[in-house]
Amino acid sequence: MNKNLLQIRNLSIGYGNKIVAGNLSAIIPSGELICLLGSNGTGKSTLMRSICGFHPVLNGSVFIDDLEVNQLSEKELSKWIAVVLTDRVIVPNANVQELVGYGRSPYTGMMGRLNAMDKIIVSRAMEQCGIAHKKDSLLSSLSDGERQKAFIAKAIAQDTPLIILDEPTAFLDLPARVEIMQLLRDIANASGKSILMSTHDLDLALQLSDRLWLLQSGGPLTTGSPEDLLLQNAFQSMFQHKGIVFDNKTGLFKVMHTQNSTIPVKGHGFEYVLLRRALSRKGIKVIRANSEDNNWLEVKNESKEPFALFVEGECIQSEASLEVFVNQVLKMQELFKVKRSCCTLSE
Amino acid sequence: MQYNLLRKSILIPLSLALLLILFALNLAMGSVSVPISDVVQIMIGKGSSNIIWENILLRTRLPQTIVALGAGMALGVAGLLMQTLFRNPLAGPSVLGISSGSSLGVGFVLLIAGQVWGFSFSRLGIWGDLAVIIASLGGAFAVLAIILFISHKIGGTLSVLIIGVMIGYLSNSVVGVLKFYSMEEDVHNYVIWGLGSFSRMSVDRAYLFAMITIIPSLLALFLSKSLNLMALGDRYASNLGLKIKRARLLIILCAGSLTAIVTAFCGPIIFIGMAVPHLAKLVSRTSNHFYLICNACILGAITALLCNLLARLPGMESELPINSVTAFIGAPVVISVIWKKRKENF
Repeated sequence: MNKNLLQIRNLSIGYGNKIVAGNLSAIIPSGELICLLGSNGTGKSTLMRSICGFHPVLNGSVFIDDLEVNQLSEKELSKWIAVVLTDRVIVPNANVQELVGYGRSPYTGMMGRLNAMDKIIVSRAMEQCGIAHKKDSLLSSLSDGERQKAFIAKAIAQDTPLIILDEPTAFLDLPARVEIMQLLRDIANASGKSILMSTHDLDLALQLSDRLWLLQSGGPLTTGSPEDLLLQNAFQSMFQHKGIVFDNKTGLFKVMHTQNSTIPVKGHGFEYVLLRRALSRKGIKVIRANSEDNNWLEVKNESKEPFALFVEGECIQSEASLEVFVNQVLKMQELFKVKRSCCTLSE
Repeated sequence: MQYNLLRKSILIPLSLALLLILFALNLAMGSVSVPISDVVQIMIGKGSSNIIWENILLRTRLPQTIVALGAGMALGVAGLLMQTLFRNPLAGPSVLGISSGSSLGVGFVLLIAGQVWGFSFSRLGIWGDLAVIIASLGGAFAVLAIILFISHKIGGTLSVLIIGVMIGYLSNSVVGVLKFYSMEEDVHNYVIWGLGSFSRMSVDRAYLFAMITIIPSLLALFLSKSLNLMALGDRYASNLGLKIKRARLLIILCAGSLTAIVTAFCGPIIFIGMAVPHLAKLVSRTSNHFYLICNACILGAITALLCNLLARLPGMESELPINSVTAFIGAPVVISVIWKKRKENF
C-alpha cells in the first residue's frame, strides 16, 4: 500500500537563471497528508507549482508513479494531480455544483457534459467536504472557508491520487483552519489519496500531518514525520530568528521579551504565572523574593484580591485585576531598584 | 433547483418567441406599415395583393432583418468569448483592435484610393461596396493574424489584451492622419460607414452573410468546455487538462472572425457585443458556457432586431444610424449590470 506516489529528485526550482532553492529531494507515499513548511520567500509556492507542472524546473525531476511530470500532457497530468490554489478566482455566476462539476473535465467529452456517474461523483465530493447544502449557492456568496471547501470538493471530484493545496488555510479564522485541516486529514485516511499542502500553521501541521517537508531558504528540503523532526531538533535551525524560540516539548513557539529590570515576588501557582507573564511583557523579570528585600510583590492564591504590593514590609495595596496592579507596579518601579539587576532574555 | 430548471426550460422558448415577434415587427414596421397578415402571406411565398408591399418586404426589409439577426448573434457570441477570455466585464468584440483594423482597411480604400486615382468611391456603386468589404476584411484579419501570432509567441492573456488595445489606438491614429489629408466627400463616406448599418446588402448577400455569421456562432458551442475552464483561470484550466494556448487561440480566432465579418459588412457596430453577454448572464444564472452561448445567440439577435426597429420607428422618414441606437440600448444595460454586480465582481 505505502508505495511512493511521487518522488522529487535533486530538484532545483526558480525563475530563469535565478535558483530559489536547489538540491531538493523528497517522496510522497500513498495515503499520507504532508505539510510543506517554510518561511515566506523560501519558494514554497514555486516548489508546489513545479511539482504541478505549471512551472518549468531548472534541474532534476519530478516523478509521479514512475512517469516524469514534465513529459506528461495537460490531459494526462490532470488525472494524476488536482490542485487548490491561493488565487481568489472570480467566476461570474458559478455555483458550487457547477464548480465541482468542472472537476470532472478530464473525463468528460468535447462538450463537457456530465453523465450520471459524473453527477454521483460530484455530489459525493460535495458531501465529503460538507458543502452539499450550499450546492446551489453562488461562489461569490460563500464565506472564505466554504469557498475553500468547494474548491477542495472540485479537487476530489477530479479523482486524482494526489491533491496539492497552496496555503488552503490562509485567510481563514482559527476554527475554519482546524476544520479544513481535519477535512484534509479525513480525505487522506478515507480515500487513500495523498495530500500535499503548504501552510504556516505549524502547530496544526505537527498534530495532523503524517510527514513534514521543511523548506529552508535555498534548500535543502528536510523531510520526516513530525516526531522524528522534533527529535532531530529540525525546527530550531529552521526558524532561527531573534526573539523566537521553538519549544520542542510543546511544539510551540515562544516569544522572548528583552528584560531590563527585576522585581522580587513571593508566591506560586497560576496567579504567579500570570503575573510573571504580564510583567515580562513590560520588560520586567520576576525573581524570588528573599529576606533581604524590603519591597516586594506577593501572590495570595486563595484571596479575592490575590495581588499584593509590599513596601517596607507592609502591604500597602492589594488588587484583583492584574492590569491595574501591573500599572501600579510600573509607577512605583523605582522602589524595586535592586542590586541584582541584569539583562536577559526570558519567557 | 426546481426554480432554476423551470427558468431554463421556459426561457429558451420564451426568448425564441420574442425573437420571432421582433422579426415580424421588423418586417411590418417602418415608414410604410405592412399588416402582419400580409407579412406572413408574403413570407410563406403566397404573395400579396399589394405588389409595393411585396417589394419593400423582400427587397429592403427582409435582407435588413436577416443581417441584423446574424450580426446581433455574431457580436453577442464574440463579446461573450472576449469577456470570458479576458475575465473582464468591459471587454467586447472590439477589444482586440479587430474593428479598428477593419476601419483602417476601409480608411485606406475610401480615403486614399480617391486621392491617388482621383475619384470618389461612392460613384463606383456595387464595386465600391465590394472593395470596402474586402478592405475591411483584409484589415480585420491582418490584425487578427498579428494578435494570434502574439498570443502564440508570448502567451499570457493580459499581454494579448494590451497589445490588442494598442493596435486599436495605432490604427485609429493612422485613420486620423488619412482623414486629415482626404477630400471632404470621402471623409463623409467614411464617417457614414463608421456609423454602421444593417441595410447595405441585397437579399442574396444577406443570406450569405447570415450563413457566415450564424454557423460560426453556433460552432462556438464547441468551445463551451474550454470557456468554462478558462473562466477558472489559466492554472486551474491547465490542471483540469486544458491546453491553454490552443484554447486561447481558438477562442480568439472564433471571436475575431465573427467580429471581422460583421464589421466588414455592417461597419463597426458598437455596444451590442458588450451588452449582450451581460444580458445572457443575467437571464440564466449559470457559468456554463453552453447555455451562455445559446443565450448570447438569441439575445444578440433580439437586441439587434430591437435596435433596428427603433432606428426606423414609424413616423420617421429616414433611419437613424444604428450605432446611436445601440449605444442608447447598450450603455444602460452595461451600467446597470456593472452597478448591480459591483460588489460581486470587484
